[in-house]
Amino acid sequence: MNDLHSLIQIKGLRDGLLVSLSEAPWADQQSALLTQMDEQPSFFQGARLALDVGTQILHVNEVVDLRDQLSERNVVLWAILSESPITEQTAQLLGLATRISKPRPEETRFASSDPNEETALFINKTLRSGTRIEFPGHVVVLGDVNPGAEIIAVGSIIIWGRLRGAVHAGSNGDKSAKVCALDFAPMQLRIAKEAANVNDARETASPRMAFIRDERVVIESWKPS
Amino acid sequence: MTAQVVTISSGKGGVGKTTAVANIAFALAASGSKVVCIDGDIGLRNLDVVMGLENRIVYDIVDVIEGRCKLRQAMIRDKHLPELYLIPAAQTRDKNAVSPSDMKRICDEIRPDADFVLIDSPAGIERGFRNAIAAADRVLVITNPEVSAVRDADRVIGILEAEEKHSPALILNRLNPDLVKQHDMLSAEDVLDLLGIKLIGIVPEDESVIVGSNRGVPVSQDPKSRAGQAFRNIAHRLKGEDVPFMDLDKQGGLWDRIQKMAGRR
Repeated sequence: MNDLHSLIQIKGLRDGLLVSLSEAPWADQQSALLTQMDEQPSFFQGARLALDVGTQILHVNEVVDLRDQLSERNVVLWAILSESPITEQTAQLLGLATRISKPRPEETRFASSDPNEETALFINKTLRSGTRIEFPGHVVVLGDVNPGAEIIAVGSIIIWGRLRGAVHAGSNGDKSAKVCALDFAPMQLRIAKEAANVNDARETASPRMAFIRDERVVIESWKPS
Repeated sequence: MTAQVVTISSGKGGVGKTTAVANIAFALAASGSKVVCIDGDIGLRNLDVVMGLENRIVYDIVDVIEGRCKLRQAMIRDKHLPELYLIPAAQTRDKNAVSPSDMKRICDEIRPDADFVLIDSPAGIERGFRNAIAAADRVLVITNPEVSAVRDADRVIGILEAEEKHSPALILNRLNPDLVKQHDMLSAEDVLDLLGIKLIGIVPEDESVIVGSNRGVPVSQDPKSRAGQAFRNIAHRLKGEDVPFMDLDKQGGLWDRIQKMAGRR
């Protein structure tokens, strides 16, 4: 019993339960959690669960499996908090929250101290409707961004494909952020605090770059120089 | 025999999931396969109506799950096709009466005795949808050539990809070639461009589909209906046969025939 309890910690939050996992193997932790639920079903009935997995890397099938197991116990998996970008991406793909109301102190964990060595998130697939990518750095997509998908980046956003969704670059107010796409026709476009009128850009499809000049978003066609 | 479990899903409601399940099931069964349909829309069941089996329901899928009857007892045999069965949904319960593992268990039980299990998914992306895709070997995503339906299909495909349900295929339903020609409707190319998945069939708009659904005689039984032909083609493609796509421009209407006779086409 003690063994199980040292693996996972459960505490109540305003809007659900927060389960903090240790560094032990995922399978052990999952069974520890489920065992504990089966022991006290009344405590967990109808609960919303946020899972803090620390630095563990979780893949989609593992999370899906857990979510199904939880849903059979009438528990909703609501959020996954993680320090690993891979796990965060997994959670976002499954439509789970990756942050809970109280932001975690290590908000700057991706940012490097050297401004020339900024980090970027590389996404090697098409972002479909309902996907929301939030990243404290640049975002590079090799694929399309479909209508209904959103990217919010503290840095710039580069899309090697069609841009049809909503993008917000420089979300912390960085006016040097840029948005580029091979086929530039976003549903909504914002850079720092400025929103752009994208209706003109949506008429014809071509490679374009958007940036801020004189407090306004300018969209220019890309020409090989 | 090991059945292939095929789920038909769309995200948006009213695009033709239930109609497609009924039609594809009839076409598969008519061509000699043993088919079991499962209505996944617990609480809002429709598949029994479209298949014309409403008055034969004694037990439903929730009765099977809760152990009130055997699986065999809940399988309703079709009036004409002896190799076509329906497991109806419960009307008085909701989606929470079934869990993903219940669906897997039922499908695994059917698998050795059938060629195809077709699951009709409810609209939405919540519990009912999760149940419907849990056991699926393949998912067919159905959409209409409308921006809102395509948006929802895109979301569903995203979830399927995230769950690693491999290569969903697309059914484009209710395409009107005349409206496409006038640029008043999304074309098949527009839809495929956005969704980026394999096409398994295009079903033209056809009034006889509605008539068939209301009568409980799916249109794929009607050799003259073009939508029926499209559904039969999908059934053949599901079996792994290579069927060319229909030429939707050929309306076969009176005016076309006159023009043909006059040698203008």
